[in-house]
Amino acid sequence: MPATNYELVIEPSKGWFDIRWRELLHYRDLTLLLVRRDFVSKYKQTVLGPAWFVIQPLLTTLVFTIIFGNVARLGTDGMPHVPFYLAGLLLWSYFAQSLPAIGSCLIVNSNLFTKVYFPRLVVPLSILLSNLIALALQFVTFLAFWAYYRYATEAGAVMQANWTVLLFPLLIIQTAMLAGGVGLWLAVITSQYRDLQHLMSFIVQIWMYASFIIVPLSDVPERFRLWAALNPMVAVVEGTRYAFLGKAALTPLHIGVSAAITLVVFATGVAAFGRIERKFVDYI
Amino acid sequence: MSRPIIEVRNVSKLYRLGSIGAGTFQDALKRRWALMLGREDPLKRVGEKELMIPRDHPQAGSEPNTFWALKDVTFDVREGEVLGVIGKNGAGKSTLLKILSRITEPTEGRIVMRGRVASLLEVGTGFHPDLTGRENIYLNGAILGMRTREIDARFDDIVEFSEVERFIDTPVKRYSSGMYVRLAFAVAAHLDPEILVVDEVLAVGDAEFQKKCLGKMQDVAASGRTVLFVSHNMNTVRSFCTQCVFIEAGRATAGLPVPTAIARYMGVSPVHASTSVDMTTLPRQFSALGDSIRFTRVDVLSHPVRETEDICFGLEVNAAESVKGLLLGAYIGVPGQRCLGVAQTELPGELKHGKNYLKLRIRGGQLASGEYVAGFFIRDSFRDYDYVREFLPFVVEPAVTDDWTSYWHPSWGSVRFACQVSAETEQDAAAAEVSHSAVSLSEQDARP
Repeated sequence: MPATNYELVIEPSKGWFDIRWRELLHYRDLTLLLVRRDFVSKYKQTVLGPAWFVIQPLLTTLVFTIIFGNVARLGTDGMPHVPFYLAGLLLWSYFAQSLPAIGSCLIVNSNLFTKVYFPRLVVPLSILLSNLIALALQFVTFLAFWAYYRYATEAGAVMQANWTVLLFPLLIIQTAMLAGGVGLWLAVITSQYRDLQHLMSFIVQIWMYASFIIVPLSDVPERFRLWAALNPMVAVVEGTRYAFLGKAALTPLHIGVSAAITLVVFATGVAAFGRIERKFVDYI
Repeated sequence: MSRPIIEVRNVSKLYRLGSIGAGTFQDALKRRWALMLGREDPLKRVGEKELMIPRDHPQAGSEPNTFWALKDVTFDVREGEVLGVIGKNGAGKSTLLKILSRITEPTEGRIVMRGRVASLLEVGTGFHPDLTGRENIYLNGAILGMRTREIDARFDDIVEFSEVERFIDTPVKRYSSGMYVRLAFAVAAHLDPEILVVDEVLAVGDAEFQKKCLGKMQDVAASGRTVLFVSHNMNTVRSFCTQCVFIEAGRATAGLPVPTAIARYMGVSPVHASTSVDMTTLPRQFSALGDSIRFTRVDVLSHPVRETEDICFGLEVNAAESVKGLLLGAYIGVPGQRCLGVAQTELPGELKHGKNYLKLRIRGGQLASGEYVAGFFIRDSFRDYDYVREFLPFVVEPAVTDDWTSYWHPSWGSVRFACQVSAETEQDAAAAEVSHSAVSLSEQDARP
């Protein structure tokens, strides 16, 4: 008999929530190596290397500051433009990077999936983790700008960081779950219908405008704010601003709605993905 | 007896053709919409043929356009066995392989695998061109299911086997394709599973490296691990497998001895006592010389034939005139390879005008067990009258005997060379040497 008492049973899958979590744990080395692959391959053969992860949001902030801040003169809750946009972009970039990557992961990696078995969730998980590295770099940059504006400029004196900063990791987790949940749904749908692949960047763009990164939620009349908060990213973006800048139009209700929607999207996304992961190779 | 290491029970796989695969979101919406309004499926009318699989097709499913790629496949694999899975293209081999590798799941049935499985359907899966050889070894190893510390332990062996030491820190996109394949196979070869599921495409690269790959796989098999090997290459199957599963139209026949399975694959059915083939329509090698003499039919008179028995062919030959001094011959070859040899002999008397029936007997004991193809020719001293290339498959089965000296290993080729050995005394040997040197001396003397 084989040395191990290992026994593997292959059967048609049943039920909705048939995820082999222990297997996912066994493949943690693969997850980390994929994280490394994603991260390393992004800046191989570039001069600036990982600096690009910082430069991108800074350029976006610059554009926002010029166009929306100075030309269109949209409000920023009385905050200096640069930290206001940077704070909003922080988790938004994480979301906007992860969502399309997860959404297309089944198609992009189909050569892998049709040749070898490993828990398919490893791939979206590695995407979320590798984008976390970029987020960390961007967070450090943000802190540097925040400190400069807070202590070296007069306009920055209005910025009030408070204890909710400690809850920032929760916002990261929420963003990851939301990007994961929506991304997995997109992956499930695009594995059958490629149409969404073409819509992906458009979805992300529209979503950005709906996430109050350019204007604060306080610019919206109060009775519409709950509607806006149905987009979970609103609570994430406004939450970040509240924690670091001390001002946001967020209520506990908004946060609750946002968290609930995120949980539902995440759980259904994982379930749908789990249901399709062992079949999609038949029609990809 | 212990339980089998792989148990496959009634595994079936149903594929749906067309309706999802070709679909776009728009199509799906159209279909839903039509269903809601109670109309006929619009896509049926527009593009698609109504039925891609006829309803009476043996593999058709109960719903239209469904197709059983595998149906009720059942077999066991015992530990240490090297099981060859053979079958024609489209028979369902790849589907079975994909199910065993867990790439797709069965529609019905159950498989139990009692051991760590590694499956290799391709070498270099997941190699990233921008990463170095070293990084790719780790990544590829992890994709194949190895933990990082396992790769650490085997890293040096992998690099040595791949022969790319000097370039191990160079991105693999700068590798030659040969180096790339070598590195990729090296990782795969150092997996250490209890069950190895391998596709034949694995043996890639130049002939030298293919040999190395197969050698490595033979080592794996020799070390008592279980191998499931899918192949089209009967030579590899013959030299490598201990048993075969033959798949045809989604159904599997298990537990076949290797020669029998190969014979079925080659389209020979050893069950039939004799086969007759109409030769009138077969393509001729040389037709410029007219058709005064033509083979019209061949009967395989002894089938299956044991190694020790004579092989007999009955040939019906039609001649437009009577001809003398002819030579009848048979080409014997291994399928897919060049001719092994020719049996030819002069025809006694003359070939009479009209129909002749000639019996060609090839002495037994010369061909080792295996499957062969025969072709026939008839000619005089300087031209072929008729020549039909190897077309007729036949099987030579092992002799039923207890005599251990008749043992033949599948990798020993096809020809049993007749030979003798005699014991000689040392004096005889010395004498032979002296006479030999005497001959060479006298030859030297003879030279001017």
